[in-house]
Amino acid sequence: MDNAFGQPQTVVVLGGTSDIARAVVRRLAAARADTVVLAGRDADALAAAAAEARDFGALHTPQVTFEATDVADAGRAVADCFRAAGREVDLVILAVGHLGSQEEDQDDPARAGQGALVNFAWPVAALAAVRALLVAQGHGRILVMSSVAAIRVRRSAYLYGGAKAGLDRLATGLAASLAGTGVSLHLLRPGFVRTKMTAGEPEPPLTTGVEPVAEAVVRGLATGQPVIWSPPVLRWAMLVLRHLPARLWSQVMDR
Amino acid sequence: MSRLSGWGRTAAVDAEVLEVTSEEQVAAALAAPLAPRGLGRSYGDAAQLAGGRVLDLRGLDAISPVDPHGAVTVGAGASLDALVRAVVPAGWFVPVTPGTRQVTLGGALAADVHGKNHHRDGTLGAHVTRLRVLSPTGTHELTPADGERFFVHLGALGLTGVITEATLDLLPISSDRVLVDTERFDDLDGVMAAMVEGDHRYRYSVAWVDCASRAGRGRAVLTRGDHERGEDRADATLRPPRPARLAVPVTAPPGLLNAASVAAFNELWFRRAPRHRVGEPQRLETFFHPLDGVRDWNRLYGPRGFVQYQFAVPDDAAETVRAAVARLAASRVPSFLAVLKRFGPANPAPLSFPQPGWTLALDLPVGPPALPGLLDALDEMVVAAGGRVYLAKDARLAPATVRAMYPRLPDFAALAARFDPEHRLTSDLDRRLRLREG
Repeated sequence: MDNAFGQPQTVVVLGGTSDIARAVVRRLAAARADTVVLAGRDADALAAAAAEARDFGALHTPQVTFEATDVADAGRAVADCFRAAGREVDLVILAVGHLGSQEEDQDDPARAGQGALVNFAWPVAALAAVRALLVAQGHGRILVMSSVAAIRVRRSAYLYGGAKAGLDRLATGLAASLAGTGVSLHLLRPGFVRTKMTAGEPEPPLTTGVEPVAEAVVRGLATGQPVIWSPPVLRWAMLVLRHLPARLWSQVMDR
Repeated sequence: MSRLSGWGRTAAVDAEVLEVTSEEQVAAALAAPLAPRGLGRSYGDAAQLAGGRVLDLRGLDAISPVDPHGAVTVGAGASLDALVRAVVPAGWFVPVTPGTRQVTLGGALAADVHGKNHHRDGTLGAHVTRLRVLSPTGTHELTPADGERFFVHLGALGLTGVITEATLDLLPISSDRVLVDTERFDDLDGVMAAMVEGDHRYRYSVAWVDCASRAGRGRAVLTRGDHERGEDRADATLRPPRPARLAVPVTAPPGLLNAASVAAFNELWFRRAPRHRVGEPQRLETFFHPLDGVRDWNRLYGPRGFVQYQFAVPDDAAETVRAAVARLAASRVPSFLAVLKRFGPANPAPLSFPQPGWTLALDLPVGPPALPGLLDALDEMVVAAGGRVYLAKDARLAPATVRAMYPRLPDFAALAARFDPEHRLTSDLDRRLRLREG
């Protein structure tokens, strides 16, 4: 159960090897999360993330594997995670995502489609499964990892940003659909974050490491923020930036 | 579905509320998991069940006539307020009262509440001669002669069965006034020494300690007294307590209670108290239930609510009390006047909170990022001192910490399973601390 400070005890992470998810898990495990189910593609990387969660205080860290291109399998993966938790689930973190290489992907129908599966279709299918299980439980929270890339899509990452935009809007509607169910949804919109996913990419303004993002998440969970921005100033920066003329936008964000 | 929380207004949840007015309805409801609830004055999540069923027992509110020896039989849903107003005009008072009358008798027993007289009279449970408990295994009529089968229900937080009725022995009084001695102390050592030296001369004793200001940390106001004897005063009366005349109409904005405003309040409050005054007559409600004069005072803490942290440590751990006050004052986490008291002997109930020594209770607004870690650090100090935290007020302990604080938890879980083998009696507090898992 969440305590008075919004600290969960049982957490499921879809995309458990994500650097941001791992930073969040470290903080949750150090607080009250004693059961952390980690799900992802790479069993070895999941085992390493699980060991890290235990180092920070988690006691049970079961692992579940799935392929995020296999949309038909999302329901099975989520059900396995809930079963592995063995208790009612307080928080589901949806951190599945893949930046890809736009130069290689944008003229390749198969690769472009695969990216949309991983960044949009699989998360949508997983959210449907999570929604059903949490509503049946009558409580619990969902943290969906969106991105500022979803607010205004950049030329240099429009495949990723476009898919995230779909997920971001869908999650907003999903959050509204949860009114009165006891379940709620937090939407996380980090700016550009230095991770293994973004390694080698040029850094736009307001780039941060993972720790400020994890800090913002923990604060947002504690205060019940429906939309969590990191760094927080992005909430206001994007209010302006999203309305910049296209040419100016490209000059600022796509240098 | 209804939105529910404890008095601290943290961790609100949606649950289905079943209002019952008869034991038959309680018995029928016990066919599936549920959490019993009274007036919702536990600070945390003891009387809620997110996504589940909550049994509202306020309808079981019968109060019998008082017999010539002071015995009264009360429905679990009757409030101590209703009980006190019924019996004071006839010259009786509850043998133990917590800081509010707005609790049900069932809730008071489920928390095994204590009052300002614990050092000589024990908890409310010590004055109960008969309990009626409905559990999935049937209806149980129990007296203290039943030993652990009786005591397990006291302080059990509703996890062993639903108390539907209790018989208790009232205290005879001949005046509606309490004669109060007040002393002011500039530091914690002074007030603690005075309490050790003199509490035994008083039925009631409590100290209010300032933990908010670094400069004035540990200064305290000690109030002690006993019921006035009616035969000592020609015009003694037996009027029941007055209902609340003020209310907090809306939830305060976040941050109203911050380090500065709380320190200012504590300063005023401390200066208002006389340095030394003897035998001041006070009305029952002024002495016992000052906060009952303001309805919904919990709204002052703003939308995020507050937690109450109350711990008990043995006499030889007085240093832990000093260290806790110092930690709090240094942290700049705002804390309204803390309540310091001495506890007498513990009772045989496995989850009862009081143990001989000191107890300190703190009201803390949720919000400062340092607060969760600060309370975890206080937990460690309390465990190291052989103490414990009051579960009826808890909203944030960790399961492993509870096991160190309540070594008899396995006994409790085993006994509870005899009354409720399928674990239908539960609550968010139970699920969070896993109390029924032992």
